[in-house]
Amino acid sequence: MNLEEKLKSGKFVITSEIGPPKGTNIAPHIEEAEHLRGKADAFNVTDIQSSVMRLGSLATCRLLLEKGLEPVFQMTCRDRNRLALQSDLLSAAVFGIRNVLVLTGDHTVLGDHPQAKPVFDLDAVSLLKVASGLMEGKDMVGNELDGKPEFFLGAVVSPGYEPQELQLIKMEKKIEAGAKFFQTQAVYDLAAFEKFMKTASKFGVPILGGIVLLKSAGMAKFMNENVAGVNVPDRYIKMMAAADKKERANVSIGIAAELIKGMKDLCPGIHIMPLGWEKHVPAVLEASGF
Amino acid sequence: MLITKIKDRQEVLETLKDKNPFVFKCFGCREVSFPEAEIDNLLQEYRDCVKGIARIDYLCREEFTGRYLKAFAGEISSAKSILVFSCGVGVQVVSKLLEGKIVLPGCDTHYLNGFQGVTAQNADCEQCGQCWLNLTGGICPLTACSKSLLNGPCGGTKDGKCEVNPEMDCGWALIYERLKSIGRMDSLKKSAVNVRDYNLIIKGATK
Repeated sequence: MNLEEKLKSGKFVITSEIGPPKGTNIAPHIEEAEHLRGKADAFNVTDIQSSVMRLGSLATCRLLLEKGLEPVFQMTCRDRNRLALQSDLLSAAVFGIRNVLVLTGDHTVLGDHPQAKPVFDLDAVSLLKVASGLMEGKDMVGNELDGKPEFFLGAVVSPGYEPQELQLIKMEKKIEAGAKFFQTQAVYDLAAFEKFMKTASKFGVPILGGIVLLKSAGMAKFMNENVAGVNVPDRYIKMMAAADKKERANVSIGIAAELIKGMKDLCPGIHIMPLGWEKHVPAVLEASGF
Repeated sequence: MLITKIKDRQEVLETLKDKNPFVFKCFGCREVSFPEAEIDNLLQEYRDCVKGIARIDYLCREEFTGRYLKAFAGEISSAKSILVFSCGVGVQVVSKLLEGKIVLPGCDTHYLNGFQGVTAQNADCEQCGQCWLNLTGGICPLTACSKSLLNGPCGGTKDGKCEVNPEMDCGWALIYERLKSIGRMDSLKKSAVNVRDYNLIIKGATK
């Protein structure tokens, strides 16, 4: 079963994430995914994450496929205009990549090439619509395609975003434009997530709750101050602060497992973003009862 | 709004020392942000290098500037170059009027929309050729959003501020508030998927 079929079957779905390296040394990253074979259902591959130049998502997705692991091709609108975005979607299709997760993308000034031109020719909503059009055999201006691609299109949503009404309006627009599944920003507050899910589940589109492994109390505070829609409760910050360096990973695994167990009844699956801590994902899943 | 900054000091010094310029200082829009004191200090320091200095309001008004240049015809013709402290529009006007003269900018123009020496406006227009204001409560998503998003905010808004600059309001947060207050949320919900047509931009528009 592929990702779409698993979500339809009602199986609790687990996706993880690979952040390609800055350089060509991809082998260790594929190896990390290998450790999750049979445990994670699919692997998102980030697209020049945080606007820091690195190996591409498309090539990494293809490498995963060659290993028999299912990729989710992340596509942002930051670096390509509408011609390149459509062309890369067709490229993904001929590589056998089916799952595409569409995002706006962080602004270029936040990364390591702040001098770069931010493109944003399309945005997440319009790119989803364009991808849907390709599936119907038409490019963005209505020209016929010789061979049409097939995608399982996804998008992101941020449950902690304020005002939530604005986030839900955009989510609905993404669904109208073709999004068939969602992955969320990191969730740390289960009560707030439950409230969000009550409203968002009316759309009838599967939502995978986001899990970001905490590496330290500092990281948690940084996210609270700087990352939109993320609110790590004091309780978790204190737990991370109290742990000595050797124990931190275990405490973090415990927190993630607590969140995942709490999410099991709220949403049809989870999306784990390890951000460099890929090696701890198997332990997180084990501690969560998978 | 006009924002200019004095160009790289080394570059300006080279012009002053080697090219004995005639200098124009445009004061038309200076009240917004123009490095007036910095320019005056520099010119004072290198006053022996310059052929003359003319202070002018709204250099971008071609007809007026053309007449003004005639009053300085002698000094201009004896100068090796013309150094213009103004926005990019002013530099281009002088360059057009003084064919055959080396005309050099003294400033980098960071922002000039809505001003251009004609009238002051408190909002910016990107001259996109397909106005979105009817959908967005009169707040332009191209200029108010750092990614010029047309279909709602990105996920980078924190407390109503932009991910690019925490001092800057999220344009979409402003649009949302405005639409809510004027009872026009429907335009946000019902509008089709918006995409820009860059082919509508008139060549030579400022952005």
